[in-house]
Amino acid sequence: MQVPILKQGGYLIASIQSVLSDADLVQLRDNLGERVGTFRSRGVIIDVTVLDVIDSFATRTLRGIAHMLKLRGAETVIVGIQPDVAFAMVQLGLTLEGVGTALDLEEGLAYLDLRTKRTPVNGN
Amino acid sequence: METDTQTEIRSAMDIVTARQRGRALALELGFNGADVTLIAAAISEVARNIVDHAKKGEISMSSVNSSISGGRRGIQIIARDEGPGIRDVAQAMQYGYSTRKGLGVGLPGAKWLMDEFEIASEIGRGTTVTMKKWKR
Repeated sequence: MQVPILKQGGYLIASIQSVLSDADLVQLRDNLGERVGTFRSRGVIIDVTVLDVIDSFATRTLRGIAHMLKLRGAETVIVGIQPDVAFAMVQLGLTLEGVGTALDLEEGLAYLDLRTKRTPVNGN
Repeated sequence: METDTQTEIRSAMDIVTARQRGRALALELGFNGADVTLIAAAISEVARNIVDHAKKGEISMSSVNSSISGGRRGIQIIARDEGPGIRDVAQAMQYGYSTRKGLGVGLPGAKWLMDEFEIASEIGRGTTVTMKKWKR
């Protein structure tokens, strides 16, 4: 099932709706890479609230997406990792090093606002 | 011991099916939420190992009763494939070791998630992973 990508101001929000196959994750990567260019987005939120498991493949793909988008000039934040899912990731030794994470959508938006803030020119 | 479910693993989609069945069985057996997720994650890793290295195989899951430790109940997961086999099992179980482009986390990770983990592999014949987790 394809992941819908919404445009919210300067950001893109990819809201994962159901358990994803590997192909869906790869598709998500390709779509985000393209749309960051189309919409000149500075930040991307990937909401993984519904994911029942984040295994080594999903971790590697999410990390890959974030690093690829960084090279395209956009910050990525992963939001909504459930406590049990996080615990299983820790047990597996999986980390999202170098990738932003936040509790939920709201915190994710706040994270991006902070990370993509342009340097004020008038000293504000 | 009866085999409750069997899932053919032929493609990445089957990984999702296997772990959903494992989740359902673990819940039925009365595992708590955190353990159910650990079991699903372990199934995901061994199923992926089949897809990546053997192309096809099967995963059977069943309830199991311990002969020792006061007859505890648990879940047993057997992942079988007729792939090329693993030349050096000890090496394959090292964290971070991968012959392919993976993270090398799958098999050692699955071992950490479960209570018991055995792997038997024969070159040219295939690999069987047997793992168990007991209810706390």
